[in-house]
Amino acid sequence: MGRYVVRRLLQMIPVFFGATLLIFLMVNVMGDPIAGLCGERECDPATAAQLRKEFGLDKPVWQQYLTYMGNVFTGDFGTAFNGQPVTELMGSAFPVTIRLTIVAILFEIVIGITLGVITGLRRGHPVDTSVLLVTLVVISVPTFVTGLLLQLLLGVQWGWIRPSVSPEAPFDELIVPGLVLASVSLAYVTRLTRTSIAENRRSDYVRTAVAKGLPRRRVVTRHLLRNSLIPVVTFIGTDIGALMGGAIVTERIFNIHGVGYQLYQGILRQNTQTVVGFVTVLVLVFLLANLLVDLLYAVLDPRIRYA
Amino acid sequence: MRGARHARWAACAAALALVGTGCGSGGGSGDGGAVLSSSWGDPQNPLEPANTNEVQGGKVLDMIFRGLKKYDPETGKAEDMLAESIETTDSRTFTITVKEGWTFSNGEKVTARSFVDAWNYGASLRNNQRNAYFFGYIDGYDKVHPENGGEQTAETLSGLKVTGERTFTVKLRQKFSSFPDTLGYAAFAPLPRAFFDDHDAWLSRPVGNGPYAVDAYVKGSQMSLRAWDGYRGPDKARNGGVDLKVYTDNNTAYTDLMAGNLDLVDDVPAAQLKNVRADLGDRYLNTPAGILQTLAFPYYDKNWNKPGMDKVRKGLSRAIDREQITETIFHRTRTPATDWTSPVLGKGGGYRAGLCGEWCDYDPAAAKKLIEEGGGLPGGQVRITVNADTGSHKQWVDAVCNSINNALGNERACVTNPVGTFADFRGRITDHEMTGPFRAGWQMDYPLIQNFLQPLYYTNASSNDGKWSNEKFDELIDRANAESDTAKAVATFQQAEEVVRDDMAAIPLWYQNGSAGYSERLSDVKLNPFSVPVYNEIKVS
Repeated sequence: MGRYVVRRLLQMIPVFFGATLLIFLMVNVMGDPIAGLCGERECDPATAAQLRKEFGLDKPVWQQYLTYMGNVFTGDFGTAFNGQPVTELMGSAFPVTIRLTIVAILFEIVIGITLGVITGLRRGHPVDTSVLLVTLVVISVPTFVTGLLLQLLLGVQWGWIRPSVSPEAPFDELIVPGLVLASVSLAYVTRLTRTSIAENRRSDYVRTAVAKGLPRRRVVTRHLLRNSLIPVVTFIGTDIGALMGGAIVTERIFNIHGVGYQLYQGILRQNTQTVVGFVTVLVLVFLLANLLVDLLYAVLDPRIRYA
Repeated sequence: MRGARHARWAACAAALALVGTGCGSGGGSGDGGAVLSSSWGDPQNPLEPANTNEVQGGKVLDMIFRGLKKYDPETGKAEDMLAESIETTDSRTFTITVKEGWTFSNGEKVTARSFVDAWNYGASLRNNQRNAYFFGYIDGYDKVHPENGGEQTAETLSGLKVTGERTFTVKLRQKFSSFPDTLGYAAFAPLPRAFFDDHDAWLSRPVGNGPYAVDAYVKGSQMSLRAWDGYRGPDKARNGGVDLKVYTDNNTAYTDLMAGNLDLVDDVPAAQLKNVRADLGDRYLNTPAGILQTLAFPYYDKNWNKPGMDKVRKGLSRAIDREQITETIFHRTRTPATDWTSPVLGKGGGYRAGLCGEWCDYDPAAAKKLIEEGGGLPGGQVRITVNADTGSHKQWVDAVCNSINNALGNERACVTNPVGTFADFRGRITDHEMTGPFRAGWQMDYPLIQNFLQPLYYTNASSNDGKWSNEKFDELIDRANAESDTAKAVATFQQAEEVVRDDMAAIPLWYQNGSAGYSERLSDVKLNPFSVPVYNEIKVS
């Protein structure tokens, strides 16, 4: 197990470098960021040159990349165009998005798996059919529609929530945005769990468990669910990264100042340091989440072992 | 710490809303202490007077700083604020006396040095100030801010001299009679010593001398400004303060306004323009601002700089149905332009409705004829370049192209050439890569006709993106600048504007309005000519 973890961690290194290099190149292809810094007019050439020097943009891209990576290992992610260190932006953005992601994941786990188990155990029942129908609708409606609709109904029409989240973004204000963010994944989790449960229900070990006279509750939670969760855990694990990076739409709608917002601003202002910095961290989150998922397999199914 | 402070203010504001009594540093008398909330955008650059060139940062500077002059929020006229007198005999050397008794909100006195130090800081290349060129008129600028790779050989502008506690002199590189009127621009604001002594601390909580003081600033989320008791000026705040809240999307801000969580939105989203009258009624403002949208041309491209092309440009101008586009796309938040300035200047300031004459009237037949006389469109087609990322610019360029295509009866006469990001768009302009007309917009720095002409059309001027050049125009501008009589100067500037018209250097499209919406709690909400709300005059009930 220990060796497996070490090997996986080592594998992360090339992925990490590759991904950051790609992002670095992509942002650089977009053109000269200094050109947009002075508003609708040209920066005077002397100031532009000075700014370029300050942000290290006057050097060749490979050199910029090396310097950048060198700094990253000392915890310096550079400076955003507004003079703030990128680490400071991260410090304010990541906690918010992590909270949002936790809310979303909780929704997926609690509602998604519960619905999946219920429908999986009662295939063909009216409950099953209606849940299938609802999930289909949720999957097919884009997030921004759900988001704007909920915001309008709950926030403006009925006044149950504030349409926008305050800068501190406490958990209670993130419930509705979290639900919106989770909605599509939640529907997938439901469907995945349902199929998995329905399949395993007919397997030998479940029949054995039932024949032993175990209570139904124990059969479902200890035997059936544990085995059926493997694909679901895989999905939720990869979803952690996707939710954090993809929260951009939800964050915009509810005015949440998280990772999505910073990335959006960074791209719009073509701020290499911000974009690369945030994406670097997101890549790490993805990698770690995947590792966590793989390790969870062994917990769920002892037959899976890591040499 | 910050969080706690924040919560206290929130509690304070809530208590105020309920009881309506004074709270903390507010004015204290009845509603004068109430705080309003307003939408805001994250400033693009560090928040320093000479480094802020966009509306969001400018908004804050307008609240926390007062300069030598201030532009009247109604008329746009430059009026003395901190200046006791600005005297000159030759329109070149100015003696400026600062009023007595003004202080910064940290107690420091505002002296002549506060200005001179601030201007020297703004001009110095070392400090990377985006607005450094504002000091370009002052003697010695080329030493502290050498062009193109030169070494900076001086720390301070030789044209600035402190001659007493409250007096200093400014020597300009050339005659510029309306120089005093430019001094209301935020870049010319005074700075306290605290700015130089501990720059980082100042940036995290700016200190100025205006009617408001920054109480708390959480970058990227919110700035809380409170009315400053020690303010000496005539334009004291009539409310207890303003909470500027950063919105990532103006649609959300509008939704918050509708839900009663926000008091003031100073940018009504385009998508809501249809409903805004029904939603807000009288609480919707749509007033002219000093912004003009134009189509510029690349004069460095020989196709656009050959004889007869002025006819083609005039033809294109006549092929654009301004009325229809402002109506359907902008819902009347733009007004068809008939000159190259803005109505906010007023007649006395140089705005002349109809100066463009027939060249700005929609007439498909005349347009077609003109373009044919001028030798046709270069390559048979115009491609209008525009950045597609913000401001729904692509939408109106598409509409302009449609209008041209309809007028010329040719589906392929005009196409939009969208560019992904604003930075890329600006980059192409800077690198002279344009081959056809491109979107240009001008938001005035100060309400002077000079500001609508010189930076845009003077040979090699800072915003002359198309590199248009005309000797007669340059000469008229020089003459107007040297003219000490305001009326005569304005008349000369208008003559220069006629040169722009006769060559159709750029096609004027429409004047942009500022739009705002506010809650029932507020009254006396106005937008100034820069389309920024006049915060200090807003009353909160």
